Amino acid sequence: MNSINAVTKPKTNMMNAITQKLGPLLGLIILVVIVSILNPSFLEPLNILNLLRQVAINALIAFGMTFVILTGGIDLSVGAILALSSALTAGMMVSGIDPLLAILIGCILGGLMGMVNGLFITKGKMAPFIATLATMTIFRGLTLVYTGGNPITGLGDNYLFQLFGRGYFLGIPVPAVTMILTFVVLFIILHKTPFGRKTYAIGGNEKAALISGIKVPKVKVMIYSLSGMLAALAGAILTSRLNSAQPTAGTSYELDAIAAVVLGGTSLSGGKGRIFGTLIGALIIGTLNNGLNLLGVSSFYQMVVKGIVILIAVLLDRKK
Amino acid sequence: MRITMENIYKAFGTNQVLTGVNFELVDGEVHALMGENGAGKSTMMNVLTGLHARDKGTITIDGKETYFKNPKEAEQSGITFIHQELNIWPDMTVLENLFIGKELKNSFGLLKVTEMKALAKKQFDRLAVSIPLDKEAGNCSVGEQQMIEIAKALMTEAKVIIMDEPTAALTEREISKLFDVISSLKKAGVSIVYISHRMEEIFSICDRITVMRDGKTVDTKAIPETNFDEVVRKMVGRELTDRFPNRNPNLGETVLQVKGLTKKGQFEDVNFSVRAGEIVGVSGLMGAGRTEIMRAIFGLDGFDHGEIWLEGEKVTIKTPDQAVKAGIGFITEDRKDEGLILDFSIRDNMVLPTLYSFAPKGIINEKSEIDFVNMLIKRLTVKTESPDIAVGKLSGGNQQKVVIAKWVGIGPKLLILDEPTRGVDVGAKREIYDLMNELTDRGVAIIMVSSELPEVLGMSDRILVVHEGKINGELLKENATQEKIMTMATGGQ
Repeated sequence: MNSINAVTKPKTNMMNAITQKLGPLLGLIILVVIVSILNPSFLEPLNILNLLRQVAINALIAFGMTFVILTGGIDLSVGAILALSSALTAGMMVSGIDPLLAILIGCILGGLMGMVNGLFITKGKMAPFIATLATMTIFRGLTLVYTGGNPITGLGDNYLFQLFGRGYFLGIPVPAVTMILTFVVLFIILHKTPFGRKTYAIGGNEKAALISGIKVPKVKVMIYSLSGMLAALAGAILTSRLNSAQPTAGTSYELDAIAAVVLGGTSLSGGKGRIFGTLIGALIIGTLNNGLNLLGVSSFYQMVVKGIVILIAVLLDRKK
Repeated sequence: MRITMENIYKAFGTNQVLTGVNFELVDGEVHALMGENGAGKSTMMNVLTGLHARDKGTITIDGKETYFKNPKEAEQSGITFIHQELNIWPDMTVLENLFIGKELKNSFGLLKVTEMKALAKKQFDRLAVSIPLDKEAGNCSVGEQQMIEIAKALMTEAKVIIMDEPTAALTEREISKLFDVISSLKKAGVSIVYISHRMEEIFSICDRITVMRDGKTVDTKAIPETNFDEVVRKMVGRELTDRFPNRNPNLGETVLQVKGLTKKGQFEDVNFSVRAGEIVGVSGLMGAGRTEIMRAIFGLDGFDHGEIWLEGEKVTIKTPDQAVKAGIGFITEDRKDEGLILDFSIRDNMVLPTLYSFAPKGIINEKSEIDFVNMLIKRLTVKTESPDIAVGKLSGGNQQKVVIAKWVGIGPKLLILDEPTRGVDVGAKREIYDLMNELTDRGVAIIMVSSELPEVLGMSDRILVVHEGKINGELLKENATQEKIMTMATGGQ
């Protein structure tokens, strides 16, 4: 058996490397070409900028999800964290706290919610799926309790706060700028620091990582905190865009984030994948949404198409 | 059943794995198959049992040319291959395992449990084993699991059983049980092909031995007509001066001192020390608590009370990272599950415990990392084209070198090696022993847990024998013998 691998692997290895690195990007390019042939207005700068802004929220959540999935875990609570932290942030703003300070505190609270996940998973030795399923329900419930089921409005007219979700920086939507800056920082953390290597190692073989002296529980708690914090950041952008906090905000966002990670070629079993892929994955989903809208496809069919694209992507991934 | 394989060739792609092998098996013989990893032993047996099709050559069974299409066909004809990784469904009962895929059903499609139980009992009686049939197979010891596999083979009326490294994970007691079973099978006319790296075993139970090297069968001899040295020479194709290198230990200060280490139900009042430059061998039956004691020292599993002192200072080690920080390296007995990340490259594996030393300012300096990895690859003579190859693709010996390199990299004060040469071929074994000598010359203290008595005797300066969670005795190299160790390991003095 080994000998078979020895002979055939080098070739497929190289193919694998290429498809793994470029597969998602190639998919995105093909998608863009198809959509722009069907409707040339897709490529108009205004639409592209619009698309980037739409993508930012999902991408930010998916970045955190990438770290979580690389360790072999999953975080179902991100949508609920987004809603709860967004409600709390809006609440703070209504009560007169400086909006930027409120956003900062909101992100910290999101991080703490993620930390709760991490502690249940490490100290409580719970499966990530179960732990975050439970906290998802709890955070969702707390959001409804806090908001009484009504949107929180009257957030004032702070210029910087409005800029956060709606403004432009050098002609680029601020959410897109936030997304790109966050991507660069996380890319460096994942690929250039010991923390990133540990993330991969835990997903590759948790026991071996532990025995190699890696503080597996600590790294995991930090990763779930990061995931929560990024969800809260995405929540702040959404709050600014809507100029209100919605009690049901972020519903099923966790699924879009997971889809982006998977489309980006990261393995759900952990240890393998790249954050660049996730960015591409988020762009693929964004392009689909945007493109199908431009083409006038009903939103019911849009869901069907999105699902099919995910299936095809995963099937192609299997082939490798 | 008489099997003759003549001039068999098999290639995978351009890789020629078998180049004209010859093999013969007669009724009621135990035939050893030896050779270094990659010599082609398993491939030859897989060709026989139909997993791989041969490229060239003839296989005759009882005078008739026979080529099986798949292992199932071979099984139906009475040839069963018991692989090293046992085919056990851990969550199912012993009975369910015995009849998996071959359940007895009545005309309504319901299981005939009573009949299956009776049949199973008959086979177990024949093997003189008593495993409860309703026990979950996962709760059975490895030895018991092996007996389940053998019973399963016998139920299909096996006339030939091929065993690949059957004793690798067995205790001494289970090994002797297995040998009893083998000799009774032999009396009943069943032939055994016995693939193993353990010379002592082969010489005690086999009738003939076939040695393979580089895809060829080098020689077949009756056991009484050959000896250890000749077999090793034929396996490696060169003179091996000795299985073990000479040791001239230069003992320094005490590095590790363990005082009264106790964990309820596992080990009790364990006291010992290791000095710089010393190799302390830890022997004992499997399940005696050897590995548990080492895991406790390394902070993997806790202990109830007792103290650990490192270089004269009492230390608290609750997690492996504290142990690593204190300069302790641990090479576990389970290389694939605990030692390595098989999908990751040599480089990524080697730097795991030392990541921070390449990132003084937070960002990993890849150049110094690569230099470090290349240095380790060279120093430990890991055979590889590139440090970026996945460790899963390396041979057992080279994988073990990567695990050791990982710990050499931290500049350890104490290395704990649990079964350091398990699944490692003869040539690479010797290299690992040389490396242990080199490390102790530099003042590293080594604890070596091993089930192979010759290894314990050949490499240790001092031997601790563990029996039922207690250190039952200590022997100096000069007056240690296999008999003394075995007596202590079984509770005697």
